[in-house]
Amino acid sequence: MFDLAGKRALVTGASGGIGGEIAKALHAAGAEVALSGTREAPLRALADELGARAHVCTANLSDPDSVEALPKAAAEAMGGVDILVNNAGITRDNLFMRMSDDEWQSVLDVNLTASFRLMRGVLRGMMKARWGRIVNITSVVGAVGNPGQGNYAASKAGVVGMSKSLAYEVATRGITVNCVAPGFIATAMTEKLTDDQKTGILTQIPANRMGSPEEIAAAVLYLSSPEAGYVTGAVLHVNGGMAMV
Amino acid sequence: MSEIADRVKKIVVEHLGVEEDKVTETASFIDDLGADSLDTVELVMAFEEEFGIEIPDDAAETIQTFGDAVKFITEAS
Repeated sequence: MFDLAGKRALVTGASGGIGGEIAKALHAAGAEVALSGTREAPLRALADELGARAHVCTANLSDPDSVEALPKAAAEAMGGVDILVNNAGITRDNLFMRMSDDEWQSVLDVNLTASFRLMRGVLRGMMKARWGRIVNITSVVGAVGNPGQGNYAASKAGVVGMSKSLAYEVATRGITVNCVAPGFIATAMTEKLTDDQKTGILTQIPANRMGSPEEIAAAVLYLSSPEAGYVTGAVLHVNGGMAMV
Repeated sequence: MSEIADRVKKIVVEHLGVEEDKVTETASFIDDLGADSLDTVELVMAFEEEFGIEIPDDAAETIQTFGDAVKFITEAS
C-alpha cells in the first residue's frame, strides 16, 4: 500500500519538524522529493540523510519571485512535480486590537498567497499528466479560531476554501486537492511551552497527549497516494479529538 | 488547409476526442465540440506549446471556435 515509486514530490517547509517528517514519509514510500525551505543547511542535512532521490530547492515564500521560481526549480531537478505539499507556514501572533497591517499581511502572504502561487505553478504539469496530488497543511485553528491568531486562522481557513475550489475545478483531471489540519503537535515550537501551558493544552485534547510529526506525515502520505484518488476537497483533522469537525 | 490549421486540428481532435470532420471553421469548442471551460484552458496551453507563442488571457477568451484559434495563431506566429 501507498507506493509512490516514480512520483515526484515538492515539500515546502521541509526544514521544520513536520515538513521534514512529511518528506521522509513520502521518500520512504518511494517518491523523489524536492525539499524546500529558506535555510539551506538543514535541507542539505535532510537530503544527505535521505540519500538518493532527494533535492534541495531553497526558496523564500515571502518573496513573490522566489515563489514563482520554486515549481520550476523543482520540476527541473526532478523532471516534474506530481505531488505538492504546502507545509510551510509562519505565525506572527498578536491580539486583534494590537495587530499591525504588516503582521496580518506577512502571514497571509506566506500561508495563503504563496500556497496559491505554488498550486498554480504545478497545475500545468499535473493537468497534462492527468494525475496530481496537492496536500495543504492547515490547522485546527483555521476551523475553531484561536485568540492572538486572527491572521494565522484566517490564512488557514482561506487555504481550506481555496483547496475546495481548486478540487472542484480539477477533479476530472485525476488531480486531488486536500488539507491536513494538525492540532497540537510536539515540535521544537511546543517544546518552548512551560509545563503549566502544556497541562492546560492537554486538558482540551481527548487523547491527552500531543501528536507527533509522524502522525501528520502519515495523513499526508495517504492523501498523496494513488489509493486516495477518490478523496478530494477534504480536510483530514489530525488532532487527538481536540476538535471534532 | 494551411499547415497551422492542420496542427491546430490535430490538437483539438486529440484533446477533445472528437471526429476530425466535426472540427470545422465555425465549430465552437464549448457548444459544438463538448469542451468544458477547463478544456479550453488546456487547449490554449497546448497551442502555446505547439507553436511556441504566448496567448494572453484576454486573447484566450476570444478564441471560441476552431477558426478563431487558427486565425489567432497564424497572426501570432
